[in-house]
Amino acid sequence: MIAELGQFAIIMALLAAIAQSILPLIGAERLDSRLMAFGSQASLIQLLFVFLAFGCLTQAYIVSDFTLVNVAENSHSTKPLLYKISGVWGNHEGSMLLWILILAVFGAAVAAFGRNLPVTLKARVLAVQAMIGVGFLTFLIFTSNPFTRLLVPPENGRDLNPLLQDPGLAFHPPMLYVGYVGFSVAFSFAIAALIEGKVDAAWARWVRPWTLTAWTFLTGGIALGSWWAYYELGWGGWWFWDPVENVSFMPWLMGTALLHSAIVVEKRNSLKVWTILLAILTFSLSLIGTFIVRSGLLTSVHSFAVNPERGIFILFLLAIAIGGSLALFAFRAPSLKAGGIFSPISREGGLLLNNLLLSTACATVFLGTLYPLFMEALGGGRVSIGPPFYNNTFVPVMVPLLLLVCVGPLLPWKRADLVGVLGRLKYAGLATILAILLAWYVTEGGPFLAILGLGMAAWMLLGTLSEWADKIKLFRAPLATSWQRMIKLPGSAWGMTLAHGGLAIAVAGMISTSVWKVEDVAVLKPGETISVAGTDYRFDGVRELAGPNYQAVEGTFTVSQNGEFMTILKPQKRLYNVQKMPTTEAAIHSTFVGDYYAVIGDQVEDGGWTVRIYREPMVTWIWFGCTLMVLAGFLSLADRRLRVGAPAGKRKQGKREQKSQRNAAA
Amino acid sequence: MRGLFLLTAVLFLFTVNSNPVKAFDPDEVLDDPALETRAREISKEVRCLVCQNEPIDSSNADLAKELRIVVRERLVAGDSDEDVKSYLSARYGDFVLFRPPFNTATFLLWFGPLLVLGVGGIGMFFFYRGNKKLKVANPLSPEEEARLNLLLDKDNKTKGSDSGEAS
Repeated sequence: MIAELGQFAIIMALLAAIAQSILPLIGAERLDSRLMAFGSQASLIQLLFVFLAFGCLTQAYIVSDFTLVNVAENSHSTKPLLYKISGVWGNHEGSMLLWILILAVFGAAVAAFGRNLPVTLKARVLAVQAMIGVGFLTFLIFTSNPFTRLLVPPENGRDLNPLLQDPGLAFHPPMLYVGYVGFSVAFSFAIAALIEGKVDAAWARWVRPWTLTAWTFLTGGIALGSWWAYYELGWGGWWFWDPVENVSFMPWLMGTALLHSAIVVEKRNSLKVWTILLAILTFSLSLIGTFIVRSGLLTSVHSFAVNPERGIFILFLLAIAIGGSLALFAFRAPSLKAGGIFSPISREGGLLLNNLLLSTACATVFLGTLYPLFMEALGGGRVSIGPPFYNNTFVPVMVPLLLLVCVGPLLPWKRADLVGVLGRLKYAGLATILAILLAWYVTEGGPFLAILGLGMAAWMLLGTLSEWADKIKLFRAPLATSWQRMIKLPGSAWGMTLAHGGLAIAVAGMISTSVWKVEDVAVLKPGETISVAGTDYRFDGVRELAGPNYQAVEGTFTVSQNGEFMTILKPQKRLYNVQKMPTTEAAIHSTFVGDYYAVIGDQVEDGGWTVRIYREPMVTWIWFGCTLMVLAGFLSLADRRLRVGAPAGKRKQGKREQKSQRNAAA
Repeated sequence: MRGLFLLTAVLFLFTVNSNPVKAFDPDEVLDDPALETRAREISKEVRCLVCQNEPIDSSNADLAKELRIVVRERLVAGDSDEDVKSYLSARYGDFVLFRPPFNTATFLLWFGPLLVLGVGGIGMFFFYRGNKKLKVANPLSPEEEARLNLLLDKDNKTKGSDSGEAS
């Protein structure tokens, strides 16, 4: 009964979305305020129904209703509650429903928070948002219905893939999807602006918070995914250039470019056409990412044919969404007026260069991910594209970008004096040289290039900090003044400093762990010790234990350094009861300078156990840096909200207006 | 020259690995540490054909184990790294190598990023040239110029003080 209610709800949501994608458009054309206002109402109705459907599916998972195909294929009654719930989006149909739910939430949020948007723009944005909804809901209802019943329900379900039964992966998809789908708002704004034929600073001010929200969640989602890969896959790796990772990385790169170019539109009313194009491309990449993972296209072109109905539908949707929006862009963009002009060496110029490099980096990942598919489809044979390709193409593009991260923010608008700006970075430069020497000393003259890489990370961090110190006049004014200036810094300024600093820290972690990672493998009997990178791991033996839905073997290692006890590591090897799939649960001891990582493998004939030990220098810096970036996003958002004049803080907004009037008068 | 050096330096930044390490399975490890290190480096670039996007170096599959042993046998027999790779690709096709070969079919793959950078760079060049023309097309009178400079200076100062706000 509840499943039928869910079925009914998605159909109602589709009807609401269809109405929402047509009526407000007509209203905006005829300046009919009632039709335009319908957009807001419809988006709330749509959200209500999608939420209801999602609730119904979740309920079916919680009570293990195996009369639903979807639940029977992806759940099991003995699964812990958390994984019953996360199982809702651990499969194709459910994840599509989650996607639609988030889309509806964003649509309703635009309706609710966009009270001061021009009515025609708002109506058009909501209509475009609903069109995306129509596409996805149709796809869900006709090819991927999660509410399909089974005539003969099985006694129990087939369970969720054990690799996915993990807290990290329970929250990874929702975060990633908030990121993907969040870019739909920027997309809708871009299309609406093309229809209106008007892009101005105000438009950019409305677009930026949404883009920033999406970017923040996408950053968090990707970081969570790589963290999961690190501790769950048992190889100590955190990024594999796997197509599934790449498709989430592409919208991130493009979205980062969009975030930066929108600043130029907002502050200088320039780069408008380019920003619109970026908004379209970013969301197009999100769409491609979602569909490519979902269609099974990635494994091989051939697996695409396993479910041709879905495949064709996906291609059709992509063609309409991407082709349609680019055609509209080509048709309308020339009519957008160019804005303020600037010289190549200026803040705008720096941001444009950032965009060029990020777009190139994104193109690199795009080629690496999709080229094998195109080649195979065209009968050109199969190739594999892995880390060697990206090391030779992606890394060289990123290096100049990273080196300039701390230079750009120092450049003034319109035109800048590069020598003067670099002069302001002289202390950062000197400190960088010291950092390089320090790295040289600590690593005992390790690989030269890796040390330069660490120097690059130090330069990014120190340059960013020195820009921040400049801003608050640290050591150039009395400390009290600096303090005053610091607490008055707007959230977005903090956001920039934190995001760039976080990036620097993450880059340092990536380089260190890629270059100085040490691994060893051995067969150990209880009581034997293995020494890896100066640390002793004594294998104390194994014990068997049973989890809620798995059997496990747990090994114990006593870790010590120079005879001094450090910690005990207890890695597990699990065998899940239903799918009979083994997984490794690595044991990790994290410290500031590195991780101690142990994995237990199979028992060999003579009674010993295969154990693998990894020493990962500074690996946690990667996720610490990403956390800072996410925090930066939220800080900046907290500031934006006041500026954009969203509901909260009416009084403050008034104050701001007074202030800006005063400024204008002065 | 130094620029060129730096670029080459960067190209190899992530491919260096200073530590000799042992293989996946203890029983496969070669006695000669130099050979073993080479074997590991090769194994990281060889795809396990029955897995999803996994190098033989980290795969549990039987085929991966066989290939790891083949790599080591070839090395012991005196093959160079390139010999081993071409031996594998001759048997299993280019698909077995994570570094795609450079030929007419993969030309666009290897040069695509450069192409995008080039097209973007040219686009930027024309954008800035258009900007210049725009400036020249509407020259200012000397008075306007003076006033503008005054305003610009003021603007730059205020902008400079809250310059971080935008980023």
